[in-house]
Amino acid sequence: MIAAYAIGANSAYVYIRGEYHKWIKLFQKALDEAYEAGLVGEKMKTTFGTKFHVNIYVHKGAGAYICGEESSLMNSIEGKRGYPRVKPPFPAQNGLWGNPTTINNVETLTNVPAIINKGWEWFSKIGAEKHPGTILYGVSGHVNKPGVYELPSGTLLTDIIYNYAGGVPGNKKIKCVIPGGSSMPPLRGDQLEGIAMDAESLKAAGSSIGTAGIMVMDEDTDLVRVLARISKFYYHESCGQCTPCREGTGWMVKILNRMAAGHGQKDDVELLLSVANNIDGNTICALGEAAAWPVKFMVSRFREEFESRMNNSLDHPSLNKVHSMRHSKITVE
Amino acid sequence: MEFKFTVENHEKVVKLFDNYPTKKAAIMPVLYIAQEQNGYISGEVIKEVSTILEVTEEDVMGVVTFYTMYHQHMPGKYHLQVCTNVSCMLRGAYDIWEAVKAKTGLKNGETSADGLFSLEEVECMGSCGTAPMIAVNEDFHENLTKEKALELIESLN
Repeated sequence: MIAAYAIGANSAYVYIRGEYHKWIKLFQKALDEAYEAGLVGEKMKTTFGTKFHVNIYVHKGAGAYICGEESSLMNSIEGKRGYPRVKPPFPAQNGLWGNPTTINNVETLTNVPAIINKGWEWFSKIGAEKHPGTILYGVSGHVNKPGVYELPSGTLLTDIIYNYAGGVPGNKKIKCVIPGGSSMPPLRGDQLEGIAMDAESLKAAGSSIGTAGIMVMDEDTDLVRVLARISKFYYHESCGQCTPCREGTGWMVKILNRMAAGHGQKDDVELLLSVANNIDGNTICALGEAAAWPVKFMVSRFREEFESRMNNSLDHPSLNKVHSMRHSKITVE
Repeated sequence: MEFKFTVENHEKVVKLFDNYPTKKAAIMPVLYIAQEQNGYISGEVIKEVSTILEVTEEDVMGVVTFYTMYHQHMPGKYHLQVCTNVSCMLRGAYDIWEAVKAKTGLKNGETSADGLFSLEEVECMGSCGTAPMIAVNEDFHENLTKEKALELIESLN
């Protein structure tokens, strides 16, 4: 409401993923109460004595991951298939039904009341200097106390894993941590010391904060299977508009599945990287990168594990050599 | 079989028109109402929705096939959605998936002959902190083990 006032918007849509039935009902109930109390809608003109009013609507998703992409989300609200749009034009110029549109994460907007009540000086002292505030860290995988933790930005990754999430079951070593949701580059267990959960520190470590969804994998984890599962997800969620993503995600799953089964062919690691490199940067939306990055970085950072799954006696005759030579070099920042 | 919205549901549909500047935009919520009434989205449902919303049947069909939560076949009384994505997988989701398959005798996407269960391997349900999980219709069952999952299915009838 405050955010709508700030930009002069008269309609706001809250898009919630369809699986969250319970929470959608809760939110709708709260919204109905706000309407009743005259805090939202036409009535707020009299309540607040202003000319401004905003209507807030809930739009329930229906199981398409891609609708988290802002332009796809707009198409979904418009009652279309959730295909991402080509940008430009950007939503601020040409958004929902052609109107200027601003899209924010609800997590971002929830900071507004606290900032208004306590002031920006107070807020800017929380967490990392450049990105003050708190972050909801969703910790999952091999930890004793998985869950969602709200902590200041810039909290040490090891602090989150060992102090808040209770460490790794059986005191096992950590093999790999994905710090920002499955699309972000994974980190090796031996490089975690000193990494803070903020953009700069993670960038220096070769990853990114993404959604701050932290997945912890212990030393016994089969990373080939993990990556195969991640790739299967992006294969499933690719909207199918752009050929590199639609086809490439399927190829990566096929290659990874045969590696996981121990039937990797001798050029499979290179082939995998080549497919990932041909998706990266060649698609309308970022789902292409989301699918390519985990493959590129998981393979480059744990190459020995992937190579151990290759059977050098297997060489598929139809392997497209020309294609795989084109982008076989990979650089890791 | 011809599909018509009940009077009550039709009112809900008309009320949705207030939420959007175009009728077309109401496709998704209207389909949810239709699915609740009919159990799944049949060809007749698509026809009726397209008539009410003044869009083509293809527009509606396009939405139905894009989003996984619209059923194109009648699901079981209990629609079991087992998440096997990474966070659940790391905590044993595949053991649960295999156990549930064996227990119900169903493969991915199948519905039991008596219509009690339907089974689906789903992508992330956003329950990673309480993994692994199974959703039964709209309800999340979290922090599962193989044993708990089997008990859960036992309790459904």
